[in-house]
Amino acid sequence: MSASDGRGGAPGLGRRLEAWLPQIVVSPIFALSFFFVYCFIGWTIYISFTKSRMLPVYELAGLLQYERLWATPRWYVALENLFVFGGLFIVGCLVIGLVLAILLDQRIRAEGVLRTIYLYPMALSFIVTGTAWKWILNPGLGIERVAHGLGFENFKFDWLINPDMAIYTIVIAGIWQSSGYVMALFLAGLRSVDDEIIKAAAIDGAGPLRTYAGIVLPMLGPVFLSAIIILTHLAVKSFDLVIALTGGGPGYATDLPATFMYAYAFQRSELGMAAASAVMMLATIMAIMVPYLYSELRGGNR
Amino acid sequence: MPGVSLRNIWKRFGTTEVLKGISLDLEEGEFVVLVGPSGCGKSTLLNIVAGLETLSEGDVLIGDRVVNDVPPKDRNIAMVFQSYSLYPTKTVRKNITFGMEIRRVEKAHQDAALRSVSELLHIDPYLERKPGQLSGGQRQRVAMARALVRDPDVFLFDEPLSNLDAKLRIEMRTEIKKLHKRLEKSIIYVTHDQIEAMTLASRIAVMDAGHIRQFAPPEEIYESPADLFVASFIGSPPMNIVRGRVEQDDGIRITVENDGGPAIRFPVPEKFAAGASAYLGKDVDLGLRPETVTAEGGQTGSDLFAFDRPIELVEPTGPDTMLVFGLGGQEVIARVRPEDARPAGQQFRFVANMAKAKLFDPETGRRI
Amino acid sequence: MSGRTDDIVRPKGARQAVLRVLLFVILGLFAAYYLLPLFVMVSTSLKTLEEIRTGTLVSLPGTVTFEPWAKAWSAACVGVKCEGLKPYFWNSVLIAVPGVAISTFLGALAGYALTKWRFRGADVIFGLMLFGAFIPFQVILLPMARTLGLLGLAGTIPGLILVHVVYGLAFTTLFFRNFAVGVSDSIVQAAKIDGAGFFSIFFRILVPMAVPTFGVTVIWQFTQIWNDFLFGVAFTSSDSNPVTVALNNVVATSTGVKEYNVDMAAAILAGLPTLLVYVIAGRYFVRGLAAGAVKG
Repeated sequence: MSASDGRGGAPGLGRRLEAWLPQIVVSPIFALSFFFVYCFIGWTIYISFTKSRMLPVYELAGLLQYERLWATPRWYVALENLFVFGGLFIVGCLVIGLVLAILLDQRIRAEGVLRTIYLYPMALSFIVTGTAWKWILNPGLGIERVAHGLGFENFKFDWLINPDMAIYTIVIAGIWQSSGYVMALFLAGLRSVDDEIIKAAAIDGAGPLRTYAGIVLPMLGPVFLSAIIILTHLAVKSFDLVIALTGGGPGYATDLPATFMYAYAFQRSELGMAAASAVMMLATIMAIMVPYLYSELRGGNR
Repeated sequence: MPGVSLRNIWKRFGTTEVLKGISLDLEEGEFVVLVGPSGCGKSTLLNIVAGLETLSEGDVLIGDRVVNDVPPKDRNIAMVFQSYSLYPTKTVRKNITFGMEIRRVEKAHQDAALRSVSELLHIDPYLERKPGQLSGGQRQRVAMARALVRDPDVFLFDEPLSNLDAKLRIEMRTEIKKLHKRLEKSIIYVTHDQIEAMTLASRIAVMDAGHIRQFAPPEEIYESPADLFVASFIGSPPMNIVRGRVEQDDGIRITVENDGGPAIRFPVPEKFAAGASAYLGKDVDLGLRPETVTAEGGQTGSDLFAFDRPIELVEPTGPDTMLVFGLGGQEVIARVRPEDARPAGQQFRFVANMAKAKLFDPETGRRI
Repeated sequence: MSGRTDDIVRPKGARQAVLRVLLFVILGLFAAYYLLPLFVMVSTSLKTLEEIRTGTLVSLPGTVTFEPWAKAWSAACVGVKCEGLKPYFWNSVLIAVPGVAISTFLGALAGYALTKWRFRGADVIFGLMLFGAFIPFQVILLPMARTLGLLGLAGTIPGLILVHVVYGLAFTTLFFRNFAVGVSDSIVQAAKIDGAGFFSIFFRILVPMAVPTFGVTVIWQFTQIWNDFLFGVAFTSSDSNPVTVALNNVVATSTGVKEYNVDMAAAILAGLPTLLVYVIAGRYFVRGLAAGAVKG
């Protein structure tokens, strides 16, 4: 594999090959990526502008599928759920993550163990945790029975099968799964604050509350941004958790765009509409990710 | 009134002892510099005075008050940190007034205090900027302003100049000295730079391995170092130390053997004779500062002693030239006028001012 | 040693002591909240159905039975087939091992080539590849299904491996690029002067230095692939389902009595490999998560 291979026969050929080796190695990897990401996105976008139903047809039909999509009540349910779920999920994870990070930052002995406990849900599949939560939230045998056992005879907890409340069970499980991750992000941020700044605040007379609120948290602006971006990303992509916990039901009460797309693509054979909904998801993510990635990469090169 | 007293301070982290019984008295208005190599415990000691670290044993007094359990904010101290530690999200103005806001100082009073320190330190042009937009020197000034505005009993400085470039460092050094003249407040200042210590201090505490080796005014530290550590830590280039044997031969002499050359027998002046005679037949360490070893005619005095050694290396510094030569197996530096210097390899006649020589016990390191 | 802030002299007194106790109470409550589902899963999986019907969620099993575990492993019904999770568990292993290995190796090569042999366009290529990590996969589901069909890989394990490799590349490349950026260029230059070429620098210098990065990447990819559900459910058929899909089918199978204890045992079995990895190599796992937050 070295340049000297070419010394015997055609001089320079080996060396020229060597000079191009990095490009030669990267190009198939890049081509793979390019084909499976960009060509596929292109294909999906194209299909969203056709009349495709069961099978793809390549005749353009303008905005037909988008018109159909936006005339579908189920799509509105999915969007509304995304806002409710996304909003509560992001706020819940941020609040719990931040509180836990600040509490853990008090240099307590059990920190390592607690951190491990708070973060382990991230290692599990949403299907696994969804199965557990489904059992815990089971209307007859779950929390309701525990409450009855404690003497609250009239306690009723049927969110899982109540179309108006089912989406909140997904919020509960989602926050449980991801808040530890946000805690880890914030804790790393807190630990990166220069100790001398905290000492300076102590000399200025700021108590712990004032030190965090007035000095440390404002310094964590970038961590907040990262956390919000990641959580948004997780929320928009949420699929497994819904499937495992409610299957999108009751009815389609807990549909999210991700499950909507899947249902229309693989169960109802509405390729065009499925593609249109996927494009809407992509647009949402891109609107958030592209400026973020751009600024991150720029920042990194500086 | 507010001096600072440290009484037998110990600090342990688990089984490591960082401070081993430090006692120190600082009078009001004094400028004390804690100097020593890194890891000697000087920053820990400063943090203990500030209340940023607890002590394991002993007492810290500010004025007449024992402050061991008093939080930093109630000690009436101000501190300037090595990294300046300005609050990055606050403007310069807010950085300076933050402490006053917490102490609920009246707004009018805050403004007046802000105005006076920002004029004093020439930072008014950038009061509305964030620390990130300031140069190192400007940040340093803001950090000092933040400390000044507290009007504390004691100022604490933790290596405040070590992040500045050489030129700025000298400038700020002068500025700090002027400030001290003007405010007449007690200052404890930590540095590892012995020149900073010499120029600033009214008294220097030289620390090593959790002990104070010597606590004295700069001239005394330089002229009468208590032991080998202080002698070799203070001064640049450092004091030359060579080992020799004390012998009685036409007065008391110290004989230094040389490879490839005759032994040199340094006469011990009258004033050291009594101390040195106790070591007759034993080894001592002879300390000669570079400026006390010159060319012939380079210095005057009654206890000059001339000897010949070959020059090994010539190092011009501008005003002086350093001649390096071997003595008793050590490299020794002589400081000569540039016109007296000769090329390396030549035999040279050096003159040592024995009145300024120091003798040390090689075992204990104490000065004789 | 002096860079600590926990040693600052703080006011002492009853209020501080109360706050300290409160701190531990709150932290403990949160720990209970995070552990509750795991506890419920384990305890339910060890109960008999009878006990589940009479007891509650939080009660400990009176008589411990491993029956549900045995059933979940080898007899539970996935749809109409009643062979337990075992075949699907091995499917997941067969998917994860090559998937992790190939995507890690390619990502390492790409990350190295893109940073240490900076050719024109390397940054653009990296940017384009990185973007692939953040697309919602719904946008590629349809063309992928067709492509796998055309390749004759629809519903097969190699097909799913291909999918995981392709969409894992963005992350593995990111991890190795971040690593390689931190390696001094002069090391590569020195090796070039010594006569080492592209591959010998990679294998003999970069790879030995990158052991921790390999750890992070392997753990990240393993967790991603093992826990994947979307690709599994979209691109495999019943025989080639990964364990997550099978688990979901076990839970959703509605024939006969609902066996919650078997469901829970199945869930633990499906989660065990990643949980073990987390417990054993948690440090690398957290670093992977942090790198997943795109710190450039």
